[in-house]
Amino acid sequence: MKKTGSVLKKVYVFLIFFFMYAPIAVLIIQSFNQSKSRGHWGGFTLQWYQSLFTDADIGAAFRNTILLAVLSSAAAVILGTAACIAMIRMQHKRRSLVIGITNIPMLNADIVTGVSFMLLFMTLRMELGFGTVLLAHITFNIPYVILNVMPRFRELNPHVYEAALDLGASPAEAFFKTVMPEIMPGIASGALMAFTMSLDDFIITHFTTGAGVNTLSTKIYAEVKLGIKPEMYALSAMIFITVLVLLILVNRVQAGYEKTRGTEV
Amino acid sequence: MKKLHGLLPSAVLLSAVLTASLLGGCSPAPAESAADDSNVVYVYNWGEYIDPDVITMFEDETGIRVVYDEFETNEIMYPKIAADSSQYDVICPSDYMIAKMIEGNLLSPLDYDAMPNVKANIGEDFWKTARDFDPGNIYSVPYCWGTIGILYNKTMVDDPVDSWSILWNEKYKDNILMQDSVRDLFSVALKLDGDSLNTLDINQLEKAKEKLIEQKPLVQAYVVDEVRDKMIGNEAALGVIYSGEAEYTREENEDLAYVIPKEGTNLWMDDWVITKGSKHKDAAAKWIDFMCRGDIALKNFEYIYYSTPNTAAIDLMDADERNNPVLFPDLSQYHNLEAMKYLGKDGDRLYFDLWKEVKSAF
Amino acid sequence: MSKRKNPFAWLGAPYYLWAAVFIIIPLLLVVWYGLTDSTGAFTFENVAAILNPAHSKALLLSILLSLAATGVCLLLAYPLCMILTSLQKKANSFIVLILILPMWMNFLLRTYAWQSLLEKAGIINSLLSSLGLPAQHLINTPGAIVFGMVYDFLPFMVLPIYTSLQKIDHNVINAAHDLGAGHVQTFLRVIFPLSLPGVISGITMVFIPGLTTFVISSLLGGGKILLIGNVIEQEFTQAYDWNLGSGLSLVLLIFIILNVILSTLTDKDQEGVVK
Repeated sequence: MKKTGSVLKKVYVFLIFFFMYAPIAVLIIQSFNQSKSRGHWGGFTLQWYQSLFTDADIGAAFRNTILLAVLSSAAAVILGTAACIAMIRMQHKRRSLVIGITNIPMLNADIVTGVSFMLLFMTLRMELGFGTVLLAHITFNIPYVILNVMPRFRELNPHVYEAALDLGASPAEAFFKTVMPEIMPGIASGALMAFTMSLDDFIITHFTTGAGVNTLSTKIYAEVKLGIKPEMYALSAMIFITVLVLLILVNRVQAGYEKTRGTEV
Repeated sequence: MKKLHGLLPSAVLLSAVLTASLLGGCSPAPAESAADDSNVVYVYNWGEYIDPDVITMFEDETGIRVVYDEFETNEIMYPKIAADSSQYDVICPSDYMIAKMIEGNLLSPLDYDAMPNVKANIGEDFWKTARDFDPGNIYSVPYCWGTIGILYNKTMVDDPVDSWSILWNEKYKDNILMQDSVRDLFSVALKLDGDSLNTLDINQLEKAKEKLIEQKPLVQAYVVDEVRDKMIGNEAALGVIYSGEAEYTREENEDLAYVIPKEGTNLWMDDWVITKGSKHKDAAAKWIDFMCRGDIALKNFEYIYYSTPNTAAIDLMDADERNNPVLFPDLSQYHNLEAMKYLGKDGDRLYFDLWKEVKSAF
Repeated sequence: MSKRKNPFAWLGAPYYLWAAVFIIIPLLLVVWYGLTDSTGAFTFENVAAILNPAHSKALLLSILLSLAATGVCLLLAYPLCMILTSLQKKANSFIVLILILPMWMNFLLRTYAWQSLLEKAGIINSLLSSLGLPAQHLINTPGAIVFGMVYDFLPFMVLPIYTSLQKIDHNVINAAHDLGAGHVQTFLRVIFPLSLPGVISGITMVFIPGLTTFVISSLLGGGKILLIGNVIEQEFTQAYDWNLGSGLSLVLLIFIILNVILSTLTDKDQEGVVK
């Protein structure tokens, strides 16, 4: 009975993973398909990977996507961390209010957030383009930074900071020497989360972008109707493999630390 | 220990960013940096409506960089321009949409002196037709024209195809493709009922709406550009399609045939216009003029298959191209071809609301 | 806690300004456009428009499909999380990573790939016909949309449930067994109640995106499925009626606010949001 139980468990987990990865497998296979049509296999080819490097449209979209992710997470980290610092000894009610407002983009449906940004930029007669998309991305990234950094502040031992002050350090010095190292992990994971959210965003970008400015997501959406360029499959396959390798590496290193130190992550 | 442990997410982030930047750096940069806004033209056109080589030729010959975006339907194009007409310099809307844009003060009068090819090469008949929606030919230059009809697969359809009603035949359930745009979809139902595709008569429109809702379970999908590849791939037996695309599919798949139903259909024309807010009006004029050059118009025609109003291009064609019945039909044969008119804000709203009722039916 | 004033309190100022301009004002604009007509006069018609047959059908369909997707996600995720927590620590953090990994491939592309699988002549139907089974009509149906929703949102159901199951102290379970409770009883009366915050969190993280999506119905619906998200998107990008679009968005906001209340009331461990 126990054996069938454990077999069933394994089958179940396998089925779920099969479900999760089936489309990805389809995409990766399609990136090697000579035939552009999805239904037929036209033979193995690497041509799409080659033409990917000369495709200006996809190149521009890719560059925009990365730039947006990097810039918006960086700005979110600065604004978000600053906000956390400011909120440390804030009165509970005021802090709850600020936190509540901060959570709105995270809790709101993307379409409402996107539409609200569009209305803002239109009303202010701002030209839609890279700038407006960036502003939007920064805004929805900040909550993720705060989400990751605030808990670190709560775990802090306040006496260390005060001890530094007592020992003659200026508030700024004391902050950078005692507080910063402690919250760094939170900043890093917040930045990573923000980077991911920005990278994959479609709906908000869809409503805030302008002529000639595309991210990978908006480019794919436009191409869906006309037939997706196979170079897009090649690019996605490359991104996926890269991230897979990175995550496996990180996991190995983390497991390595656990082994040597004997403590849990 | 805590420090090292905390650095791991940063390590991941850093390596991810580095890898991304590396990949991003490898991708090709546009001809000039995005900051250089002086020598550029922003073009907004239908999908698969130009030979890509033509864009490169234009850039090489004039030195003007082209930013080329595509739209699926007139209705998707309009809000962008209405919100900010400076986003694009030159656009290719359809007849009725041009009338709407003129009324909305979104277009800039053309300077024909700066465009010698235009007056010389576009046939007089087409200028006449254009005056229906652009009185005085002030704002637009004809680019392509054609009809909408039924494309069917001879091996999958055994009934005679001469009426829109075949699209309501239960036999072809899940094998019918309809157009996913308001006016095109309703044109079919209205023409089938013998009504004008510009009608504002609520009874006629309700009847058309009911017919479309009745048809919905038989429809495989409502599509625009996808109808082409789906028909070529034998994924559907019948589809509503534009004449140019129809011709392209017939070359790719011999089993396909194109028919203009006996109840009549829409005779349409797409024209180039320059936006009112355009920041590159000279470049835009050069673009239109370039498109009207005989050899360029011919090149486009041979790539996109849509009928051209360019007499210089037609002169350069060979006999079977010129006499192609799909692309250059004998219009005197058909008595109930109609051009679409702009129906006014309330008319548009009415059609759109009825369209929503069809799309939301389940 | 020291009574000393926070010398860095001013650091918050840039953020407060940002939040005011980019979070509060945009939402106020949605409220403004939603409650006025094109002349600027106050009207309730944009919100009442939800009662139009087309809109109410779209909303009803969205609610039904999203509820179905949420239910399926829950049914799939819970057993998966139970299995994962019973595994050894080493294996399960790796497995969780493998579960999150698909989220790194663009979700539009992943969802679009389901077209290849679900199409009339797609991969699944090709497999079925090679086995002699009849081809199924899978794509462009409400079922395909639920399928797509489950596919896109399953990780959002798995993660919170997994986290809250992990937090359950094994001693509690052991105590239950010691007191004579069988597996089923232990689950119903100990494990499930303790995992409830995670379950509620998962539900709130799946239901709203499902309710408001327009992408999934665009990619997998073939133009035949009109969800409330599609209606709103089209009002802004095709009909160019900001007032109607905003009015319908306000209706969605009601659902969202209810969702937020539900989530904050039951989210004792502060998993999903900052407290």
